Amino acid sequence: MNTFVCIKRVPDTSEAEVKVDASGKDVDSSKFSFDINDADNYAVEEAVLIKEAKGGTAKVICAGPQDADVMIRMALAKGCDSAIRIDDPRINVLDPLQVAKVLAAAIKGQEFDLVLTGCMANDDGAMAVGVALAEELGVPHAAMVKKVEVGDGKIKVQRELEGGIGEVVELTLPAVVTIQTGINEPRYAPIRGIRQAQKKELKVVTIDDLGLDENEVNEAGSLIELQKLYIPEVVSNAEIIEGEPEEKAEIMATKLVKGGLL
Amino acid sequence: MGDIFVLAEHRQGELRDISLEMLTKASELAPKMGGEAVAVLIGSGVDSFAEKLAGYSDKVLYIDDPLFADYNSEKYQKVLVELLDSYKPEMVMIGHTTQGVDLAPALAVEKKMPFVADVIEIEHVDGKPRPVRQFYQGKVNADIAFKGDAPYLITFREATLEVPDASKQGKVEKIDSPLKEDIEYRRFIEYVEAEVGEVDITQSEILVAVGRGVREEKNMAMIEELAKAINADICGSRAATDAGWLPHDRQVGTSGKTVKPKLYIAIGISGAFQHLAGMKAAKTIVAINKDPEAPIFTVADFAIVDDLFKVVPKLTEKLIELRG
Ligand SMILES: Cc1cc2nc3c(=O)[nH]c(=O)nc-3n(C[C@H](O)[C@H](O)[C@H](O)COP(=O)(O)OP(=O)(O)OC[C@H]3O[C@@H](n4cnc5c(N)ncnc54)[C@H](O)[C@@H]3O)c2cc1C
Repeated sequence: MNTFVCIKRVPDTSEAEVKVDASGKDVDSSKFSFDINDADNYAVEEAVLIKEAKGGTAKVICAGPQDADVMIRMALAKGCDSAIRIDDPRINVLDPLQVAKVLAAAIKGQEFDLVLTGCMANDDGAMAVGVALAEELGVPHAAMVKKVEVGDGKIKVQRELEGGIGEVVELTLPAVVTIQTGINEPRYAPIRGIRQAQKKELKVVTIDDLGLDENEVNEAGSLIELQKLYIPEVVSNAEIIEGEPEEKAEIMATKLVKGGLL
Repeated sequence: MGDIFVLAEHRQGELRDISLEMLTKASELAPKMGGEAVAVLIGSGVDSFAEKLAGYSDKVLYIDDPLFADYNSEKYQKVLVELLDSYKPEMVMIGHTTQGVDLAPALAVEKKMPFVADVIEIEHVDGKPRPVRQFYQGKVNADIAFKGDAPYLITFREATLEVPDASKQGKVEKIDSPLKEDIEYRRFIEYVEAEVGEVDITQSEILVAVGRGVREEKNMAMIEELAKAINADICGSRAATDAGWLPHDRQVGTSGKTVKPKLYIAIGISGAFQHLAGMKAAKTIVAINKDPEAPIFTVADFAIVDDLFKVVPKLTEKLIELRG
């Protein structure tokens, strides 16, 4: 089994204040901390598990800046064999269909049985790249997968539907599968792996190296256009409990008990 | 031209709410676009769905064929490509659901359609539909314009609007499936029911819900004490169940359970829309989160903006004291 796993570097904004910058089309990311996208981390683990069980290779693909090398090396330390990073500021990362085109160009022409991506990137939430990538590669796909069983020339996967119901589908390989969080328990990189990772190949390429015409993947060539970013009005009818933490706890406890909410 | 196609969604014999939500939005937009709101239904044995959809649309186009007994995005894609070529709608709406995200991006690539995913609102600007979507898990909104030519494609988020009573009487048109043979490269095998655990949180009166903010499994002890003090069951966000702090059947949200307790105390949960969809019907919601911008506060009745590790132990202590 030769597997490619696509990973994205994303900011962790769960606790950060997000501010729109002066251009009105981007956010101020100077204070964000970045790491591998949640679901992609599970996809890396799945790629390594498949390699351990079936042999073959697990290779990383990432479209992103040099800062992404840290997380790419981490995937190599966990057991992936090599990596390609497409480093090109012309890529319009706001259009998942264009990103899919870039990833497809990096994979096309190489032998593969399976491509894994995360099912959703936490920053844009579009859930589109993996499925678009399958179409670009001309292979079948299944999205939001929480279980993978590799067979002979086929793969059986369990998709996760609303309400936690599973849908088992069988795909003919090669195929693209988008991985849902919780499918496995991502390992920590072993020390030995971290050392070995430094020696593994991490190839950096541009869209020209991939034979892409820039108009296919840049902002000008996109069929959509970001016009404006803005902070949504937070409509909250909540009663805000004020005070020091202990006071808040007391007030809240009193409201729950005296207000008959329990 | 000007028509909006809405792909009806159904599973295991049930028409899903997103279908009517999208038709409600399409009915509002279609007149501005000089077209009709058209429900597109693909399935097997779905006459009753066609009837129901007619109440919300100007027209129902439907294919009833054993080939579509179960959902298969690759087969749907083939059918939609044919329908787009023959009917030339101006926009296609598909649910941003587990069915829709498995289909729409591939359709967009094949038909080179301008595509925006996870849309929460559609305005009509400069003679064109103009979607609004979000970034950073709801912290930023974005107006996105379609630049390329119609048909445009969007996936529409669930539960963003109320569906009124049926008020239309769309004409129902049954058509033959343009797909004649089954496909081999993707096959539906079976459904697997969701896990059932020892506690059914959909029946719980009081729920204490935990999220990633709780940080580590060992901190669950603090949560258990609170739950014990008020006879609550414990549930959590996907982050909490993925981390293994709780079994999967305790997950609240679109891919977990929908709960309606009397009281829901959300601790260290940001309030991603997938989570909110599963708990916003709770009667009273208390949210404890140190981030004042956390979307969980949009559904909360009581907001405690603070460090949960300082608030929760004290809250437990005080509750025990007051309840004697
Ligand atoms: C297809 C799909 C389906 C999904 N289904 C579900 C679902 O059913 N249910 C679900 O919950 N999610 C679901 N998700 C995931 C969802 O998108 C979010 O990633 C998830 O809900 C985040 O969980 P969280 O709020 O616990 O974590 P985070 O978003 O990381 O939030 C943690 C919060 O804790 C707060 N915090 C941190 N430390 C402290 C502290 N010391 N004191 C106070 N507050 C603190 C932070 O401010 C932050 O708001 C789904 C995702 C996908 C792609």
